[in-house]
Amino acid sequence: MEEIMRILKELDWSPLFISLKTGVVATFISFFLGIFAARKVVKASPGKKAVIDGILTLPMVLPPTVAGFFLLLLFSRRRPLGEFLFEQFDFKVVQTWLGCVIAATVIAFPLMYRNARAAMEQIDMNLVYAGRTLGMSDTKIFWTVIVPTAGPGIASGTILTFARALGEYGATSMLAGNIPGKTGTISQKIAMVIQDGDYLTAGIWVAIVMIIAFLVIFLMNIISGSKMKHIGRW
Amino acid sequence: MAVTVEIRKKLDNFFLDINFHSDARRIGILGASGCGKSMTLKSIAGIELPDEGHIEVEGRTFFDKEKKINLKPQIRNVGYLFQNYALFPTMTVEKNIAAGLKGSKQEKEARVREMVEKFRLQGLEKRLPGQLSGGQQQRVALARIMAYGPEMILLDEPFSALDMYLKDQLQRELAEMLADYEGTVIMVSHNRDEVYRFSEELLVIDQGKIAVAGETKEIFRNPVSREAARLTGCKNFSKARRIDAHTVEAEDWGVTLTTQQEIPEYTEYIGYRAHDFIPVWNVERTGKDKPDNGDGSPRDMLPFDLESSAELPFEQNYYIKAKVTVCWFVQRERVQELEEKGMPDYLAFDEKKILFLR
Repeated sequence: MEEIMRILKELDWSPLFISLKTGVVATFISFFLGIFAARKVVKASPGKKAVIDGILTLPMVLPPTVAGFFLLLLFSRRRPLGEFLFEQFDFKVVQTWLGCVIAATVIAFPLMYRNARAAMEQIDMNLVYAGRTLGMSDTKIFWTVIVPTAGPGIASGTILTFARALGEYGATSMLAGNIPGKTGTISQKIAMVIQDGDYLTAGIWVAIVMIIAFLVIFLMNIISGSKMKHIGRW
Repeated sequence: MAVTVEIRKKLDNFFLDINFHSDARRIGILGASGCGKSMTLKSIAGIELPDEGHIEVEGRTFFDKEKKINLKPQIRNVGYLFQNYALFPTMTVEKNIAAGLKGSKQEKEARVREMVEKFRLQGLEKRLPGQLSGGQQQRVALARIMAYGPEMILLDEPFSALDMYLKDQLQRELAEMLADYEGTVIMVSHNRDEVYRFSEELLVIDQGKIAVAGETKEIFRNPVSREAARLTGCKNFSKARRIDAHTVEAEDWGVTLTTQQEIPEYTEYIGYRAHDFIPVWNVERTGKDKPDNGDGSPRDMLPFDLESSAELPFEQNYYIKAKVTVCWFVQRERVQELEEKGMPDYLAFDEKKILFLR
């Protein structure tokens, strides 16, 4: 017990903040991108749908290290895009916190997109038709009718996206590396201390991750539960 | 008030080919499920796109394939009442009503208040659709349509998902709420009572084509087509052989009927409504104007040879053996007479109620 207290006192909390920051930003980006992509895919023709859906879901089925490999190829400063970003905007992706965000976003995005899409596809088309005959533009129908009605699905997508982004390891370690205080996320920290045989510190971080994960899910369930109580579904 | 609709569209299992023009304020479209009646309505609203044709309402062309006109549903100004009402589930009653409104916040609020009062929704403004009864949902859906001031209202099977008691109540409410509406209303239904009660003019659609069109009461009195007769509730049909202008043989019932009125030449079938039979006891036939089969039994009546019967709350159904089983529905008051006198020997036809069909 004393040992734990000692470790806690001396603990470098930076992995927690880096992970939380990464998770929040990646979820924020995935939220809008995911809904936008879901809308495009739902409206697309069946052939197009299959292709686009395949590409968008790929990061979820690929091993994260494979995604990391492609991201590295893309953003390395020895490559055209990476070079362009650095020269024009002074953006460094590899070995930076931006790399953490990009890796987490790419890996977690399919969860948002898939959930949003499934929720939207279940929506009664008559709601859309009703909106149109009432003179509402398609954009207005989308943001005021479809997104709120697909709320529970979108909420669960957001939870999963956050959880996935928070714990991302494979792609992050390849693209952003594990620089303590800069790109060292909790997952990387755990892997690192385990390699050193420091199970106690690893255990503390594991406990922290579990508490955060549980809190987030608990909170979302409460929010969506109270809001969705009176919404009838067909 | 004028509506012209010409629609041709290839559907999964048949070809929709609808052609009509009407100046009536209340138009009914009657047809079995999947006959293309909803597709017709959706094409008018602009939710579905016909392959070919021309749709014009009050002088405005909504759709014309040749002239490449296809107005968006947003600017057609047509209200559409869906069978499930399609209220936006996450919006409160007042937000639902305001959903399609344009203008300043004050204008919108005033319009919503006006509709809330007109449709007796006071106190429900902050509720979500899921917290409302079926009748309240219908009123909100209508308020939402009316708030928008449509030139025309389309009702798509508005009562078919309701139980009998609620159905009657909502039909009365709908009639009341639409009473002062000046524009054209088209109602689609598979229920003859609904369209009879509602419409001045009626179209009967069968397999994507118009079987018969005209004044509603006239169609019920003389449906002309077999499908129209069936949809207007006629239960008994027989293949008919027109012997002369006043004699017809109903082959499936084994009777020959003579009539004062002239039998139309197109007659291929005759129909007779199950409620219209006249029970007859103890007939003896002699003389020329009372045709018999040679053994004293009447040729113009159906021998009462009971196959089965069914008891309903307010009537009794009898099924009589013939080449094609004949239905006779007896109202409750009449059942008592039958209990006293026993089953009739014959069922007679009232010539004014015979339907001559093609």
